[in-house]
Amino acid sequence: MKLDILREMNRERAARRAVILVTDTVDGTQRLVREAEAAADPLAAELGARFRSGKSGIVEADGRSLFLTVQVPPPRLVVIGAVHISQALAPMAQATDLDVTIIDPRTAFATPERFPNVALLPLWPDDALAQLPALDRYTAVAALTHDPKIDDPALIAALKAECFYVGALGSRKTHGRRVERLTAAGLTEERIARIAAPIGLDIGAVSPAEIAVSVLAQVIAALRQDRRRAPA
Amino acid sequence: MLSTDTDILATAEAWREAGRGVALATVIETWGSAPRPVGSHLIIDQEGNFLGSVSGGCVEGAVIAEAADVIEDGQPRVLEFGVADETAWRVGLSCGGRIRVLVEPVA
Repeated sequence: MKLDILREMNRERAARRAVILVTDTVDGTQRLVREAEAAADPLAAELGARFRSGKSGIVEADGRSLFLTVQVPPPRLVVIGAVHISQALAPMAQATDLDVTIIDPRTAFATPERFPNVALLPLWPDDALAQLPALDRYTAVAALTHDPKIDDPALIAALKAECFYVGALGSRKTHGRRVERLTAAGLTEERIARIAAPIGLDIGAVSPAEIAVSVLAQVIAALRQDRRRAPA
Repeated sequence: MLSTDTDILATAEAWREAGRGVALATVIETWGSAPRPVGSHLIIDQEGNFLGSVSGGCVEGAVIAEAADVIEDGQPRVLEFGVADETAWRVGLSCGGRIRVLVEPVA
């Protein structure tokens, strides 16, 4: 691989833009195709399908065996709430290659001492999200504050952006009231139904760290939906 | 340190920028039960330092050895590993799968 191509791939990844590297497996020649350029490419149909699936693989074209390295934006987890569960969730999520950001306007919670080595924005969700790369379908959002003033704006933004996972902490009763508020805010029933609530896989989690495991497992289950043996 | 796909390609760039000889290994095909999915990367420098994985540790040694030649002669090559391979008892996948790995220089 030419160093220039490697640099370009790393730059595109940092900017959260999808690219496909086309490599001739026999002579090693390569070219990089951005999502916006795919339609005009000789391999347009194949590239389009690969951008959608995110899967790398071999394709035969004109008697050549080409390997397509599909690089979609790295999955990201935005956590609303610098709470106890988030302290456990952030390092675990980082270990699974999720790019983690914590948002909480309550500056007593959102301190670097409580959250070392993680991006932390002590702002209201609308202001914080405006500073980050736009929410997209490669982003998961977990709302953990229990406070509608903080959680709701983030949930609305996440549902509109079609984030691959949207979860919200709170009992069924709490969630019932949340559904009413989101409906009043103009979201459709179908969109609201995408919220995982009560949040997390049902593993009987009790402690903040156990709840973090159940949330992270649910995020991974959503990310790897197409590889799962049983439906959600 | 546990490495992620993001770290691996960023590290390959950093190693090369620092003047080190670098090879990039990528899983390009798998059959049956394979430990790492297509697209997984392993990077190797001329000293044999490496980051990432192309299997569960079963064939990394052979890939690293081959990478030294790739860095030396600058020619990419495709390696195949599996139980059907006659070298299976030496380097192979105990899980019964087969994989093909592209090893290319970063130049």
